[in-house]
Amino acid sequence: MSELASSTAGGGNAIVPARLEWRVATVVDVHDETRHARTIVLDAPDWPGHRAGQHVDVRLVAEDGYQAQRSYSIASPPEESSISLTVERLDDGEVSSYLCDVLRPGDGLELRGPIGGYFVWSVAVGGPLFLIGGGSGIVPLMAMLRHHARADEGIRARIPVHLLYSARTWDDVIYRDELTGMANQRGVGITFTLTRESPPGWHGFHRRIDPAMLQETGWAPADEPLAFVCGPTPLVESVASMFVELGHEPARVRTERFGPTG
Amino acid sequence: MQTEEMRLDGNAVGGALRDLFAADVTGARVTCMGCGKIGPLGTLLQYGHTMGIVLRCPVCDMALLRIVREPGSLHVDMSGLSFMTIPDVR
Repeated sequence: MSELASSTAGGGNAIVPARLEWRVATVVDVHDETRHARTIVLDAPDWPGHRAGQHVDVRLVAEDGYQAQRSYSIASPPEESSISLTVERLDDGEVSSYLCDVLRPGDGLELRGPIGGYFVWSVAVGGPLFLIGGGSGIVPLMAMLRHHARADEGIRARIPVHLLYSARTWDDVIYRDELTGMANQRGVGITFTLTRESPPGWHGFHRRIDPAMLQETGWAPADEPLAFVCGPTPLVESVASMFVELGHEPARVRTERFGPTG
Repeated sequence: MQTEEMRLDGNAVGGALRDLFAADVTGARVTCMGCGKIGPLGTLLQYGHTMGIVLRCPVCDMALLRIVREPGSLHVDMSGLSFMTIPDVR
């Protein structure tokens, strides 16, 4: 995920015995998704499992004891034993640049999780499921899509899902091949909107998300869709407001803001 | 500085709150002492502070939860939070 802010210098003492413990995961693979985003596949011993939409906190500790901590959404579905994080490299981002440029297979990475009980979805929650992502806000939504794709056919037929994904350019679309492949599956809709440049011959949306786009790609309030919106704060807040203005129940719109701390 | 870009939400501090609570509380329903708004903790607004965590009501801006960490202790002010229901998760 783009990084959620929380940075600490110095350590903390355990206050409550039940606190979430830090563990060292091992990097088993890294691969670039776009020019700015890299997926890191981790093997975490004794990982308790996670739900789609949850995140982990990652901690880097320098030799002098300085610590930097960030949160990254999990991209892999609960059905996979390894954990995949997709990290957007931010200019002068002290943690993201390490994760994207330095970390190699075999390296250890300190993390704690899974974290999150609000921005989570499973097939048991039902749908219709409307996912709206901006930029690296696609990451937790991808875990939901992958979880949906692993469900049996009857469940998938009962829970239609649509993703509306806003990216700057076609080359900034994370998981592009996998998403375009998913678009051919029954009950799955994938729509891209490109806010800056579009490739020659582009017939899709070429603007920021607006109410008309939500109406065209999503469901009417009477269908009671469950919406998950994730991305930069301005996108999340404007889309959530549009939903409510279109007549959707506010409690059916769940939001997660991604911040630009590096 | 509290800019729009710096404004995140309660989801971001779920891990840090596990230093206080035995369960994940981002899905807990909290009631604002200021305006009575009830909603999931994950929807509270969080502004980036290197010193600690401040979670505010999205309606009236009341600070519901303030946490400051220093070596050896954690300072917690929950005076803006009138009620909290934590779901019984796994």
